[in-house]
Amino acid sequence: MSGHSTYQPQSPFMKWMERRLPIASLVYSSFIAYPTPRNLNYWWTFGGILSFMLTVQILTGIVLAMHYTPNVNLAFNSVESIMRDVNYGWLLRYIHANGASFFFVAVYIHMARGMYYGSYKEPREVLWILGVILFLLMVATGFMGYVLPWGQMSFWAATVITNLFSAIPGVGSDVVTWLWGGYAVGNPTLNRFYSLHYLLPFVIAGVVVLHIWALHMVGQNNPTGVEPKTEKDSVAFTPYATVKDAFFIGVFCIFFAWFIFYIPNYLGHSDNYIPANPGQTPTHIVPEWYYLPFYAILRAIPSKLLGVTALASSIIILAFMPWLDTSAVRSANYRPLYRQFLLIFFAVVIALGYLGSQEPAGGYVLAARLCTAYYFAFFLVVLPLLGLIERTKPLPNSISEAVLGKGAAVGASGGRS
Amino acid sequence: MIRNVRALAALVLAASTLSMGAATAYAQEADAPPLQHWSFAGPFGQYDPEQLQRGFKIYKEVCSNCHSLKLLSFRNLADPGGPDFTEAQAAAVAAMFQVTDGPNDKGEMFQRPGKIADYFPPPYPNDQAARAALGGGLPPDMSVLAKARSYERGFPYFILDAFTEYQEDGPDYIHAIVNGYATAPSGFTLAPGTYYNKYFPGHAIAMPPPLTAGQVEYTDGTPTTLDQYGRDVAAFLMWAAEPKLDERKRLGFQVMIFLFVLTGLLFVTKKKVWQAVQH
Repeated sequence: MSGHSTYQPQSPFMKWMERRLPIASLVYSSFIAYPTPRNLNYWWTFGGILSFMLTVQILTGIVLAMHYTPNVNLAFNSVESIMRDVNYGWLLRYIHANGASFFFVAVYIHMARGMYYGSYKEPREVLWILGVILFLLMVATGFMGYVLPWGQMSFWAATVITNLFSAIPGVGSDVVTWLWGGYAVGNPTLNRFYSLHYLLPFVIAGVVVLHIWALHMVGQNNPTGVEPKTEKDSVAFTPYATVKDAFFIGVFCIFFAWFIFYIPNYLGHSDNYIPANPGQTPTHIVPEWYYLPFYAILRAIPSKLLGVTALASSIIILAFMPWLDTSAVRSANYRPLYRQFLLIFFAVVIALGYLGSQEPAGGYVLAARLCTAYYFAFFLVVLPLLGLIERTKPLPNSISEAVLGKGAAVGASGGRS
Repeated sequence: MIRNVRALAALVLAASTLSMGAATAYAQEADAPPLQHWSFAGPFGQYDPEQLQRGFKIYKEVCSNCHSLKLLSFRNLADPGGPDFTEAQAAAVAAMFQVTDGPNDKGEMFQRPGKIADYFPPPYPNDQAARAALGGGLPPDMSVLAKARSYERGFPYFILDAFTEYQEDGPDYIHAIVNGYATAPSGFTLAPGTYYNKYFPGHAIAMPPPLTAGQVEYTDGTPTTLDQYGRDVAAFLMWAAEPKLDERKRLGFQVMIFLFVLTGLLFVTKKKVWQAVQH
């Protein structure tokens, strides 16, 4: 999508086509000739894995939608009929349900990679922000999908999450009524969640196109964080990146298949096999695992309004990373302090996930508060300050130098930066 | 600076250790069900049709007096990967049940013997009727019960379970409930109409002890103990909740072989393509 195309149509038909719709040269320049840094590691294959997962979710979802009924009296049984009477319905549903989890596994790794190697920094700010928007869309889509089977957890998760909007001062309860389409979570809620759950994946696909467009404008970051300077620093997307991505998609699929075929209900909650019952609250309402860190942040704060604000801020703050981070060096490999703080940040997010799955009592509240404090301090204190005080390691002059190790690594921007 | 980071890490660790204590206290509310051996556990696990037949016998003679099985139809008894009934046997089972049909030409509902395509008729026409007949308690539908029941696994088992493929928490719990009736310890006050059960959350269960040893006759020489009944009925309920398990695990193995071969070939291809490029 960037630079001039080197594509030369051979056949008369492709020559004819090229003058009218140069789609072949677009594909050629974007996915064949596109230069990709030669030193990318396997953490860079998760973009491809995410595209693969989006396709899997849309394809299985479209078939599931042919058999699903979005009505409070029929939804639960229609899912069960998919499991029992639809040919390979059990397979489609288990792929789709576990696919949501693996989509989030991939996106969290993808985001962590971006944070570790400083992929959010100039000139990739818009690319990064589009990524945050994609994550928000995924969160919304996943949540509404979880409501559709209309089990106990579906119903009560919908109730708890929509009720968060009641914290908005003044208009909160009106907003909640508007979201529900009534005065409680009911049929209009389920029906609109279904409609939006079908719509949003295509919005995601659209933003993915923008995300890839922006990526092809600025080029990929790489483990050194040093931009490619000569042709020696890059290799062609095909076959190099294509075959590497394909191999790692295979590895990812082995883990995915393990869950689908052997432990399909491991990531779910048994209460969601109980039909929704508005008159009976489950003893312990928990969201899906991929929301647990944010759920822990919400519950760590005693005030509802502040808790909801913290919950929203915890994701929105990611969009400001390019400006909160004051260091000129991208990759954590050359930032010893940032690397330590970041690894602790990852540990804190995992700890928050565990805390989110437990009853908010006793030591849990204190632990969740400490972790929440670290979560925000990382962005608001650590990121701005580190750039000013950190002594970074000397950077290689080029990717080729880092790979081939030619000569002593004389820092291009060593010392304070 | 680095020391500060280490101190912070220690603080996080301390906080999480502190909270771990609270986790144990929460999990100890009900006893953890003893783990049973299941023929359908593990990557090659399959249902034992004879066990499912015994379990079905218990359901039909005992459970079905109160519990519905609405999502199953009589034809399912003859489905592959199930209790292995012939179609004629499934039709004979269906004929033992009375099913409400209609309305007929006069506009009236009527009773007739079940056919193989019918769903298992519920013991009570509606939830209110069940509650009225059973002193307020509502026996849950048993169609997906084995997947709708579980228990707190706690750390580290909830992580290890992903590797050991432990998915039999539902059947273990059901077996435990059947075997878990006991006299309440002194100081424990049972609400009227409830029974003490070691494995039920809160211990006061509204279901009276459903089975006693020797109550259901087995014709294949299997011991008629409560322990055996619990396992057989739990296995049957697991099949009712997950009827495609045999097929899933069989297909899963084929998919795994395919994926390993494909990924291996892709790995070799990747090696070959990147051979000349240092990276």
